[in-house]
Amino acid sequence: MTTVALKPATMAQALARAMRDAMAADPAVHVMGEDVGTLGGVFRVTDGLAKEFGEDRCTDTPLAEAGILGTAVGMAMYGLRPVVEMQFDAFAYPAFEQLISHVSRMRNRTRGAMPLPLTIRVPYGGGIGGVEHHCDSSEAYYMATPGLHVVTPATVADAYGLLRAAIASDDPVVFLEPKRLYWSKDAWNPEEPPAVEPIGRAVVRRSGRSATLITYGPSVPVCLEAAEAARDEGWDLEVVDLRSLVPFDDETVSASVRRTGRAVVVHESGGFGGPGGEIAARVTERCFHYLEAPVLRVAGFDIPYPPPMLERHHLPGVDRILDAVGRLQWEAES
Amino acid sequence: MTVMEQRGAYRPSPPPAWQPRTDPAPLLPDAEPYRVLGTKAAEDADPDLLRRLYAELVRGRRYNAQATALTKQGRLAVYPSSTGQEACEVAAALALQARDWLFPSYRDTLAAVARGVDPVQALTLLRGDWHTGYDPYEHRVAPLCTPLATQLPHAVGLAHAARLKGDDVVALAIVGDGGTSEGDFHEALNFAAVWQAPVVFLVQNNGFAISVPLAKQTAAPSLAHKAVGYGMPGRLVDGNDAAAVHEVLADAVRHARAGGGPTLVEAITYRVDAHTNADDATRYRQDAEVETWRGHDPIALLEHELTERGLIDEDGIRAARDAAETLAADLRARMNQDPVLDPMDLFAHVYAEPTPQLREQQAGLWAEIEAEQEGTH
Repeated sequence: MTTVALKPATMAQALARAMRDAMAADPAVHVMGEDVGTLGGVFRVTDGLAKEFGEDRCTDTPLAEAGILGTAVGMAMYGLRPVVEMQFDAFAYPAFEQLISHVSRMRNRTRGAMPLPLTIRVPYGGGIGGVEHHCDSSEAYYMATPGLHVVTPATVADAYGLLRAAIASDDPVVFLEPKRLYWSKDAWNPEEPPAVEPIGRAVVRRSGRSATLITYGPSVPVCLEAAEAARDEGWDLEVVDLRSLVPFDDETVSASVRRTGRAVVVHESGGFGGPGGEIAARVTERCFHYLEAPVLRVAGFDIPYPPPMLERHHLPGVDRILDAVGRLQWEAES
Repeated sequence: MTVMEQRGAYRPSPPPAWQPRTDPAPLLPDAEPYRVLGTKAAEDADPDLLRRLYAELVRGRRYNAQATALTKQGRLAVYPSSTGQEACEVAAALALQARDWLFPSYRDTLAAVARGVDPVQALTLLRGDWHTGYDPYEHRVAPLCTPLATQLPHAVGLAHAARLKGDDVVALAIVGDGGTSEGDFHEALNFAAVWQAPVVFLVQNNGFAISVPLAKQTAAPSLAHKAVGYGMPGRLVDGNDAAAVHEVLADAVRHARAGGGPTLVEAITYRVDAHTNADDATRYRQDAEVETWRGHDPIALLEHELTERGLIDEDGIRAARDAAETLAADLRARMNQDPVLDPMDLFAHVYAEPTPQLREQQAGLWAEIEAEQEGTH
């Protein structure tokens, strides 16, 4: 038996590897966006692709997000599998009309005749000291649009597996990349990448008995850190990483909450109209008789994303999460 | 350090040489819209093509009239008529080869039908159904597109993809004068020119964006002039001269197929009917203006040319009208049958596989419908 030496890889490297492997496996896969070619992307996530596959397969486009997505739609109509990079969360907004009026509904309005196998990669979220328009949590907009899958990785292995699954999907996938995890590292062997799981499954990142933290993307490491800190308070927290916001894995989430009887939803996105409201409602509808306390939310404030010098106050951190856990009506048990 | 401080060290020099990246002169449209009918150019036109265009125009006008009548009978929810613009519609369809693609706007049902799409299927969305009716791949006609100009980038992407695959496919996209104000128009033309994609953009300048006249839409010398800013040729054509529109579009298609890149064609025409059956055009334009355009009617112009030159006789004209009546009768007969809609289908194609949430909702609706039916029995 040979042991493979696992080397640390960053999430950015795993994402690049996923695109590289997908492009090598299928000539229909094309990467396109602003600065994705010669530069390798502002986060270097497409580094090396233009060199290996040529500029026709990894294309620097004119600077126009609606045009990028709109032309990608036409390319998908002709049988290609475009992987589009939106440079930053807030830079993706000009493409919303294409996304909502065409990408999300072309399969439906043609009764399946014209599916659009597109992957739209969007670096999202804060915590990197970015200036305004560079740190939005835009997932609620995408979740509210039927016809799109919305996924977001929290680990290096998932970054690879989910992106391969997104590119292989015959449906359009909005692939949200947590910017502040781009440089997170994990032991990973790129020559034997993990199996590609189908989109739509959440995973229990940490088992616990006291309460469930339901989270995704950039907030997963924060919740794991909170769960460690919670041991001092005598709480044994379970952490569920959703990975896929659409479709939503009710099964895994509900099973966890039924075991623990308490739940807190954690995300950077604002609370009002944010994903947490939908998640809390779903959990309540399915687990009401198992709940010892109302489902709570720890979210970003309902403000435009704050400047880098103040963002630490906005982002859900360990203390705010533990404070919410503390409000889960433990009195009844003592 | 300022220039003053480094006195003597700084030597101003001219910037690197600048020159225009392309000579704009060949891209400029002609001063007058190009015409064939009633000019010497008509002598070179293929008589068979002229007769075919004529038959399609007559069919097209009858189709518009019948579809508008069906709205009054409640058989169509809405119909944006292209009466007066048939020359553009028909020429666009006939300028393409079978392997090419057409990207119509919501007013271009006629272009789709002239390309072979079933006349009833083409009206599916306008009938109030949830899907496009026809399979876009059957006749290579993209779904009719309502959000203005948003199908133009699709045409560019498809043409670009075809070229990457080594196929000599051309895409032709149709947009109105109002649509040229949309950002997607600009982005599509820019991408097409940068990529030298084999695309032809046809702007049907019919004078109005619902009620807003062109003067409030643009300050450009002409819509065709917009091409120059993107580095592609702009062509101006009489949009009611079917032979001229066909010639200009066919040239642009050939040019694109040969690797010459995109062309923007502005066809000057007029929307004789209101925006749709739900619109009242008397609120924003004078009848006299409409009458002026009736004097430059695409069917009358072509019929005059054909008759003058002895290329068609009474029998030929009657045959075209009979064919149009057959089309209208078929449309009436089939549109008067109630469509069968299954509410369960609303969930079937949102994704390749319905999500668990959609399955749940579908089951809920099914239960509602069953309960309703039990209640009525």
